[in-house]
Amino acid sequence: MVAMAETEASSVRLREVSKTFPAPDDPSTRRLVLDAISLSLAPGELVAVVGPSGCGKSTLLRLVAGLDYPDSGELLIGSVPITCPSAERGLVFQDPNLFPWLTVRRNIQAGLVARGLLREKRHEVEDLMRLVGLEVFANAYPHHLSGGMAQRVALARALINHPTVLLLDEPLGALDAFTRMRMQDEVLHLWQARRTTILLVTHDIDEAIYMSDRIVIMTQRPGKIERTISITLDRPRDRSDAEFLRLRGDILEFLHFAGGATAEQRT
Amino acid sequence: MLQSAQDDSGGEEVSQSTAPAQIPVEAQPEIPATSPFNPASTLRWRTLLAVPMAAFVVLAIHFFISKKEPPIETHSYALLFLEFIGVSFVLLTLQPFWAGLRHWMRHMCPIFTGAILLLGAWDVVTSGLRLLPLPYFPGPAAVLRSLINDRVLLLDSTWHSLLLLLSGYTLGVIAGLISGICIGWSSPVRYWGMPVLKVVGPIPATAWIPLAMVVSPSAIFSAAALIALAVWFPVTMLTASGISNTRASYLDVARTLGAGRAYLIFRVAIPAAIPSIFIGLFMGLGASFLTLVVAESVGVKSGLGWYVSWAQGWAEYGKVYAALIIMAAFFSTIMTLLFKVRDRVLVWQKGVIKW
Repeated sequence: MVAMAETEASSVRLREVSKTFPAPDDPSTRRLVLDAISLSLAPGELVAVVGPSGCGKSTLLRLVAGLDYPDSGELLIGSVPITCPSAERGLVFQDPNLFPWLTVRRNIQAGLVARGLLREKRHEVEDLMRLVGLEVFANAYPHHLSGGMAQRVALARALINHPTVLLLDEPLGALDAFTRMRMQDEVLHLWQARRTTILLVTHDIDEAIYMSDRIVIMTQRPGKIERTISITLDRPRDRSDAEFLRLRGDILEFLHFAGGATAEQRT
Repeated sequence: MLQSAQDDSGGEEVSQSTAPAQIPVEAQPEIPATSPFNPASTLRWRTLLAVPMAAFVVLAIHFFISKKEPPIETHSYALLFLEFIGVSFVLLTLQPFWAGLRHWMRHMCPIFTGAILLLGAWDVVTSGLRLLPLPYFPGPAAVLRSLINDRVLLLDSTWHSLLLLLSGYTLGVIAGLISGICIGWSSPVRYWGMPVLKVVGPIPATAWIPLAMVVSPSAIFSAAALIALAVWFPVTMLTASGISNTRASYLDVARTLGAGRAYLIFRVAIPAAIPSIFIGLFMGLGASFLTLVVAESVGVKSGLGWYVSWAQGWAEYGKVYAALIIMAAFFSTIMTLLFKVRDRVLVWQKGVIKW
């Protein structure tokens, strides 16, 4: 049972997942947003999804989180279908979405309070605050925090539940370049320490190459997986490494080509 | 004072270390203006002497005007002004040693001066020039006399008004919060509840008075119910809108953290709706004042509203104005208390929204 929890429970499998939304210009028709997406994440794997905006990356993440339902296809955590949100799948948005009425400490505790575990696990809150370097701000309200700190709180809030799968929806997208690089290292550090499975949605190709084991490239209208690239560079990775730059060039070229192709199709 | 200053500097430290580019620009112009610890903050003599000077001038005018009046009439009024002068001189001597007091005086002296001059103008227009017909417009001295002579009854009336207001308001707020939360959270309740709210709510509570008089066993009870009704509508409306406008992403986040329905309602939707709920509470308070006074002057045989109509019946307009003054103080005190409660509850909004 325990062995299964470690291996099986943190794998993610998507089989032929499709999702439609009402078209914005004509609500009577539905637009295909995700077209037969199949994707598996091994336990402890960090997979990045990149693609142009509007390709359904975030929708994909919401489906895995259980906040939305697919029109067809199957989503599994281990061998259990995803039917509703669960504390085992932590989600961090681009906007930290901290509860503004709670202090930093109470924001981080929220998961424990929600599950009625605060009394027995209170000590973990302090540990986690120290881990993300926020002890000093424990009693500050979110509006006092900078973007980077707020995002760290959001991360800590998701981690308090010890999720087996962490879903990151452009979590560092709103940060300045330096903060972002530092945060990338922090996330990697946490990932290596906890061996969580991470599904990272990003529009930053450098970030995807720097962080992930595998990059999934999506194209838009409808969102489809066009290509999957395994990144075998040694960690910690060097952003100016020749292989790094070659990968970057490859992906950029591919995305440009894909973008150009759809542009042609449209005209 | 010290405590709050420390809090301020603590908060500032947080902001500065986190967003060095933004916060100082916002904060800097504010600090020298409000800081009571600014060493250069001495008050100008003009500010300090404005209150006693104004009081002195108004008092002099009063003596000049009231020569024809019987002395008992104006004795307490003169005494009041002497007190003004005395207190302002005491404050004047204390202020060099007390920065907080200095800060307060800088802020309040102009207002007090204005109020005193206004009293003087009233005195001149009524007792002095007799421009307004008596007994409808007595001078300030006569009103003060009524206030002092009838203080026991006024105090008793205020007490009864307070009891009635609080019971009606509390009832209305509780009912409004419950119905607002239900309507805001649940679609079926909204479907059935909203039309009722939209049709019944806008009827002024006072329009129900004829019905309330027939139905209810006692006037007090029906007055409390009417006040509750007046409060219920805005509180329900704004609670419902606050709850249903909760940012979807807060709810999404909470659900991925393992939140159940109770957490989503009580720990996410309601806190997110609190700013809106407070607007409803303020609107409800205003409506409750109105309903209270009307109900008291129509059916209930106690309270400030009753006092006003009773005094008017005897053509004792001095007492009417005295009751109005008490009402002003009474209602604005309650309003201020609600503001204080709001500031306490919404401390997390500090610096985000100013209203």
